[in-house]
Amino acid sequence: MKAVRELLSKEFLQIRRDKRMLPLILLAPVVQVVLLGYAATVDVKNIRLAVYDADRSSASRSYVERFTATGYFTVIGYVDDPRELGAVLDRGGATLAVHIPRHFARDVGTGRPVRLQLLADGSDANTANISLNYAAQITAGYAESIVTERLARIGGINVPRVSAETRIWYNPDLRSANYMVPGVVALILMIITTTFSAAAIVREKEAGTIEQILVTPIKPFQFILGKLLPFTIIGMVEVGLVLGVAVAWFNVPLRGSVALLFGLCGLFILTTLGLGLFVSTISRTQQQAMMTAQFFIFFPFLFLSGFTFPIDNMPPVIQTLTYGIPLRYFIEIVRGLFLKGVGLEVLWPQALALLIFGVGILGLSVAGFRKRLG
Amino acid sequence: MTQELHNEHAVVVEGLTKRFGNFVAVDSMSFNVKRGEIFGFLGPNGAGKSTTIRMLCGLLGPTEGSARVGGYDISTEPDRVKENIGYMSQRFSLYEDLTVEENIRFYGGIYGLEGAQFEERRQWAIEMAGLRGKETALTRTLSGGWKQRLALGCAVLHQPPIVFLDEPTGGVDPVSRRDFWDLIYNLSSEGTTVFVTTHYLDEAEHCNTIGLVYAGRLIALGSPTSLKSKLERYAIYEVVSENPVDAMDLLQKQPWVAETSIFGSAFHVSTDASTGSDAEIRRTLEQGNIGISRIQRISPSLEDVFIQLIAEESEK
Ligand SMILES: Nc1ncnc2c1ncn2[C@@H]1O[C@H](COP(=O)(O)OP(=O)(O)OP(=O)(O)O)[C@@H](O)[C@H]1O
Ligand SMILES: [Mg+2]
Repeated sequence: MKAVRELLSKEFLQIRRDKRMLPLILLAPVVQVVLLGYAATVDVKNIRLAVYDADRSSASRSYVERFTATGYFTVIGYVDDPRELGAVLDRGGATLAVHIPRHFARDVGTGRPVRLQLLADGSDANTANISLNYAAQITAGYAESIVTERLARIGGINVPRVSAETRIWYNPDLRSANYMVPGVVALILMIITTTFSAAAIVREKEAGTIEQILVTPIKPFQFILGKLLPFTIIGMVEVGLVLGVAVAWFNVPLRGSVALLFGLCGLFILTTLGLGLFVSTISRTQQQAMMTAQFFIFFPFLFLSGFTFPIDNMPPVIQTLTYGIPLRYFIEIVRGLFLKGVGLEVLWPQALALLIFGVGILGLSVAGFRKRLG
Repeated sequence: MTQELHNEHAVVVEGLTKRFGNFVAVDSMSFNVKRGEIFGFLGPNGAGKSTTIRMLCGLLGPTEGSARVGGYDISTEPDRVKENIGYMSQRFSLYEDLTVEENIRFYGGIYGLEGAQFEERRQWAIEMAGLRGKETALTRTLSGGWKQRLALGCAVLHQPPIVFLDEPTGGVDPVSRRDFWDLIYNLSSEGTTVFVTTHYLDEAEHCNTIGLVYAGRLIALGSPTSLKSKLERYAIYEVVSENPVDAMDLLQKQPWVAETSIFGSAFHVSTDASTGSDAEIRRTLEQGNIGISRIQRISPSLEDVFIQLIAEESEK
């Protein structure tokens, strides 16, 4: 084991000596989590609303007020001609436009059907979707209040109200930072440990130093351990840093056990180091290794793990595919630990999946590495 | 170790073959290296020298054949082999971003040296490489000769009985080359078996035994003297002419001329010892109207031997 210790201290010596490496290792994750924490937000706020009110009644005004009352909408203007609504959307001034027909108040009062028109800027499908949803909810709420009012007036009796009340648990104000930042923690841990471990091994190939080491009586597994252990340690330090930023800067609640989070990070690192080792065995230069990692690991992992797109929205075939992506389980674990504060009693299937992937990938990579040497 | 003591050979190679796909890099080589000798592996680029060494060091598995290094089988006991050898690869392969001291410490540590023993070897390596006062210099800042001596120092820190040096003097100036060979002699005189590859014939003259490798095959083996005696059936003449190119062309066409080759400002002609003579050469050139200023019979150099042997081999 002295050999492993020797390799470890050599590795840290080299990291310390490389003037670009250390800032990269310590600063990059912090910058990344800050940037991604802001950029990867799906919150829809300040929806700009344009209104064409053909009715100009108190009823139509109170309907529009319901939009602004939510805090999500800002009325950017009233237009005098329904055709202008399209123009306002085109120019990007408005995200959503509402067309209130003439006789809105009368029809609402007499119980006749009312046709409201909502126009949304679909160039950002996500925002359009969410704004339309909000608008539909607001409209439904308005309609309901009218019905209750009328029934009460007619019968003079209390009408039992039946309505579904939505309550969102875990992340009540639906802050997307709470949802995204834990995912970013997972992502950074993956990228850093995979690329650095691959690069550290390939660098020895490029320099030819690997041959000099392999003629010593050192065992391949000792070499691998000496190469991967430093990045396990660094990976854990990064998790600490990134967690600090998540909690202190983004106020993301960390409801679960910190110790468990670190433990499961360790489990996930088995997978990422295994992937790093695998990349290093099939690459001859550091550049090749980076390319391989990006295209064949990071991209599919990013898109199929549920980090960017909710898995539930994917077509069934793709959903099945996501079970083969280890990051998927880790993202579920991190989100669960952060937001729900659950422990292993809930997360054990994901932890088990990570263990299986980790041992499998690392085992295969070690075997492949040893075979390449022969 | 007893096995080793009873064995007069440090390296025993039998039918060693390495194929990369269809390409045969090493073609059933067989030879022995005596304990304590300097064994030189000589051959043109791509002959298979490095590939052979890498198999003997356990870095590469042979396709066929077997070899024992220090008494251990390279295929079945690679770990034991590694304990008994030092290796300097053709490419400089110490850590350029570590200092002299750190490289020594690292390799000492990997080989399990500790305490007083390590300290003694560390001092020895620094002294031997002439790097006293440069212990904290980054390895990348050292010049070629120093780098090579440091690499040798690191390769033999653990005092292996056998060292493999793959072109240790490649790209090094002549003075440093001489210094390096002094180190090789020292190792050899202390009983270490030295297996060294080189392109330089003057270096080959310093070896106890030379193996000549060509296109993956061992085409000659023996001491420098015995190899030269292989040319007894030839007489070698050194000719100085104003028009060496035409002269060589003309001579090459004669049935009694085996080989001609340029040697500096002169050229060498090897002739059949029974039918060729200086008079014959002179007469041929005069008939061709090519003037010569000097002709002299010489004893063959190793270079003559190799040119002759390689020519014979490539005719096959
Ligand atoms: N891993 C490999 N895959 C394919 N071919 C290889 C490999 N290693 C070596 N070769 C080929 O085998 C042949 C012998 O190479 P080797 O390096 O042993 O030659 P060498 O005698 O050491 O030459 P040099 O004097 O240039 O160092 C070369 O033609 C080389 O291209
Ligand atoms: Mg070579």
